[in-house]
Amino acid sequence: MAFWVSQTLNALALGGLLFMLASGFSLIFGLMRVANLAHGALFMLGAYVGLALVKAGFGFWTAAATTAVLVGVLGGVIERTLLRHLAGRTLPQVLLTLGLAFIIADACLMTWGGDPMRLPPPPELAGAVRFGDVVFPRYRLFVIFASAAVALGLWLLVERTRAGAMIRAAVDDVGMARAIGVSASTLFTAVFCLGTALAGLGGVIGGPILSVYPSLDQDMLPLALLVVILGGAGSLAGAFVGAYIIGFIYTFGQVLVPDLAYVILFLPMVAVLAVAPQGLFGRRLG
Amino acid sequence: MPDALSLSNVHVYHGEICAVRGLELTCAEGAVTALLGRNGAGKTTTLSAIAGLLGTRQGRIDLFGAPLEGRGPEAICRAGIGLVPQGRRIFPSLTVLEHLQIAYRAPRHAATRVFDIAGVEALFPRLRERRRQLAGSMSGGEQQMLAIARALATNPRVLLLDEPAEGLAPQIVAEVADAISALKAAGLSILLVEHNLPLALRLADTCVVLSSGEVAWRGGPDTLANDPDLMAHHLGVH
Repeated sequence: MAFWVSQTLNALALGGLLFMLASGFSLIFGLMRVANLAHGALFMLGAYVGLALVKAGFGFWTAAATTAVLVGVLGGVIERTLLRHLAGRTLPQVLLTLGLAFIIADACLMTWGGDPMRLPPPPELAGAVRFGDVVFPRYRLFVIFASAAVALGLWLLVERTRAGAMIRAAVDDVGMARAIGVSASTLFTAVFCLGTALAGLGGVIGGPILSVYPSLDQDMLPLALLVVILGGAGSLAGAFVGAYIIGFIYTFGQVLVPDLAYVILFLPMVAVLAVAPQGLFGRRLG
Repeated sequence: MPDALSLSNVHVYHGEICAVRGLELTCAEGAVTALLGRNGAGKTTTLSAIAGLLGTRQGRIDLFGAPLEGRGPEAICRAGIGLVPQGRRIFPSLTVLEHLQIAYRAPRHAATRVFDIAGVEALFPRLRERRRQLAGSMSGGEQQMLAIARALATNPRVLLLDEPAEGLAPQIVAEVADAISALKAAGLSILLVEHNLPLALRLADTCVVLSSGEVAWRGGPDTLANDPDLMAHHLGVH
């Protein structure tokens, strides 16, 4: 019993981290039709920058907030200076973001070396809590609640504010949104900043669980893509449900049938693509 | 009356196909100008070009003397062009109220009538009843009212209406026509594209007939209505 409870909590923690990564990817793709393949690298960069800030003497929370801002600003610069010129050109966008992913990964390798590093959790969340037979790291419990809080905050932003309504309108029909005065340029940059800031924040929050190592981006990006394909691009609810589905499949797959972990991870995606290509919560793209 | 909108020698292309060539068009302030013609004559293309959704290759588009061409759709909207597009193009994932909230813009110009959200809802009471409803779940007629209300909430100086009666039941067409008449009475300048010829002729002060992207005829609605040869030749009406 303890095994199942413990793995369920692990799955929830991983699902939460995947939501932080995939929600930004999904919003960016839904709004701008840009598959930002540098998203995993920005997650990894967030983990490294957070670690560097902690090592430089900053507290974990300050490091996390600063990293989110820094990675968000970097995302904004990428959108304004590079992606802006490639609007509507899918292949150049894919090549550009893939190239950026390699550049960021190499820059991380050059700066921080190839050895895995551990990002310590904040002291107040160190140690474990016990529920009966189950002993579970306190920090992982925090990740479960923190990611739920991020999901709630994002939901309120997108569903309950005028800015969120503009984002949804532009996801529905960007040309028409512009024709009623919505500034697509400002919206694109804001959403790109938000999405990449979430990736950076996810990197720091995930650091103490996943540790920080050079191919972290390659491990995370496919999972984010799976979440978005499963949930449906542009849908926050889709990213939420997709992230927890993948979190559960990945966690239990690794533990129960490690040899087939990737098979059972990708099978649901194939099934969803065959039955509902737009994903569980996505709309059929025009 | 001064010209609210004027197009001079405007050329618009779809790829390499010239859809509008050398268009000369003026819309008088406070009047309804009907843009008529057969399918493919260039009517929707013209409206899309004015709204900035399609670029012009050549020519000039002025709104009360200020140039619009080369500006983005959002800037053109803020300058005072309101678009009710063909097919409505409402946002399915937004409620009625959200449509009006994101579109609402306090007028920066001396508008003949200021539309705030309550004012727009007063014009279409049915929308007030449905303000919390997702637009994607509404009927075609309600969506059309919403598309007009959304454009009005931007407080335009010129309203572009593209097929507002398309696909609607006769009773709803009458409601939409009443709303357009009320807007005209309030002094709003309107450029109307409409296949429902009796409706267009009833609402219009001036008619412009397009054929193959060029102006084939212009004049008053009574002249057009009383000239069967003209109607048959340019509009295919017998």
